[in-house]
Amino acid sequence: MVRADFSHTMANPLKCDLCSKPATVHLTQIVNNKVHKVDLCESCAQAKGVTDPSGFSLADLLLKASINPEQPATGVRCEHCGFTQNDFKKHGRFGCPVCYETFRGLVEPMLENMHHGTTHAGKVPHRALERKTLYDRLTKLELDLTEAIKSERYEDAARTRDEINQVKQAFQPKPAR
Amino acid sequence: MTISSLIDSPSELTDSSSSKSAIVLMTRIRLARNLAGQSFPGWAKPPQREEILESCRAAVTAAPQMKRCFNLSVGDLSELEKQILVERHLISRELSGSKAGAGVIISKDQAFSVMMNEEDHLRIQVLRSGFQLKKAWNSINDFDSAIEEHLDFAFSPTLGYLTACPTNLGTGMRASAMMHLPALVISSQMEKVVRAVNQLGMVVRGLFGEGSDASGSIFQISNQTTLGESEDEIIKRLGSVLQSIIEHEMNAREKLIEADAGKVYDKVGRAYGILQNSHLLSSSEAMNLLSLIRLGIDLGAFPDANRSAIDRLFIEAQPGHLQHAQKGEFEPTQRDVLRASRLRSEFANFARPDFNSNPNGKN
Ligand SMILES: [Zn+2]
Ligand SMILES: [Zn+2]
Repeated sequence: MVRADFSHTMANPLKCDLCSKPATVHLTQIVNNKVHKVDLCESCAQAKGVTDPSGFSLADLLLKASINPEQPATGVRCEHCGFTQNDFKKHGRFGCPVCYETFRGLVEPMLENMHHGTTHAGKVPHRALERKTLYDRLTKLELDLTEAIKSERYEDAARTRDEINQVKQAFQPKPAR
Repeated sequence: MTISSLIDSPSELTDSSSSKSAIVLMTRIRLARNLAGQSFPGWAKPPQREEILESCRAAVTAAPQMKRCFNLSVGDLSELEKQILVERHLISRELSGSKAGAGVIISKDQAFSVMMNEEDHLRIQVLRSGFQLKKAWNSINDFDSAIEEHLDFAFSPTLGYLTACPTNLGTGMRASAMMHLPALVISSQMEKVVRAVNQLGMVVRGLFGEGSDASGSIFQISNQTTLGESEDEIIKRLGSVLQSIIEHEMNAREKLIEADAGKVYDKVGRAYGILQNSHLLSSSEAMNLLSLIRLGIDLGAFPDANRSAIDRLFIEAQPGHLQHAQKGEFEPTQRDVLRASRLRSEFANFARPDFNSNPNGKN
């Protein structure tokens, strides 16, 4: 439920969740029996279309509001794509899938307010995961092989090579990859 | 393209004679998917976007559902073509405004479409006319698995499918139904319904998505959360919310007829008169008149067989479709002339409303 309360109390100490100006519009939404509050200033409420009940995306708003503007950015940068916490504040979107590892501390507290639960319970891409397991195994075996040859353990090397061939047979890369 | 051939070929949305339900016009499910190890579209550099687009294109066109598909790049489409695709619910406004390296693949019957490099690498969609959540889920599940044969999706065992925006994590699934709710609108109950639906974790939007007004009394109801429940659970929950909205709409219709049948028949009859005789019709007026005719069909005043014609007109009375049919660029006022003329000819042979055949509005 979205309830917009347009009270204009001067003594109200709340700040707008989006821009830190004094908040005059207070929204309550109930997701999964949990109450979530969003406080907005006049102009942010207008900009977000809070007054129009059908065209108002609270999920997006809760997302932005759950990022505390006063919490200093940690300076952490995603190793994979170069994304920073400040970039997330700006865009409300992440840079790459690895960002979810990098910014785990930022994501986890947001999920509770945003979703029905915090753990995936749906479809699993089995085919893709199988391929990944095989690929990881292959990478490891190739490392083992290099090591074995380097330290002149030729029997180990021969055995590893056989294993590599077996994995390669099971692992038929699809043409479209 | 090919926009002409797309418009001229029979489609799930405009030509389906199956399951013409009174209240649910169509069911739609969308899945967000991304490639492992690649930056999301909004963060990827142009060459990387092109590379992602090509891998996605190859994988999607290889799926059996995409035999003889329309394979389009956003950059090659004119503004009009993009607008037509938006009006057919085949691409989003966001994709239509996107920069280079974005595309869409649409199945021959226009039931499946895949947007590439929208907010996520892939936005896989299925459309079914009528109320068919379960069937829509089964077909998009198969289609998604077919694409997965060729692509490694970004996936975490705890967070599920990884998406650019955390609001889509988990299943990455948005299931929705487009509902025609004229009696709830006429009896001013929509606000109450929106609140109740929100409380149940579902979202209500106008016909063309976020921020659009609900012209024609058509609303989209979809799930808000994607993480923490399986697809089946989400669909089951959404299905029961939709079922209860259907009941509320049916009750509201019964009450309107009970309270003052003449008032309802007057609205339907006037709508018929205007559609047959007007010379200027704005898009939103046309939508509202068509909505009243559809209500008239449900009440038994017009033959059931006319319902699919109305559903087709809901789309063909949109500005892009109108402009395409008349071959040229038009000012909004000229469009209103064209729209009225188009609807006059559609309704010239439309049977007059007969309210006596079914006075209680029950089938
Ligand atoms: Zn503000
Ligand atoms: Zn990243």
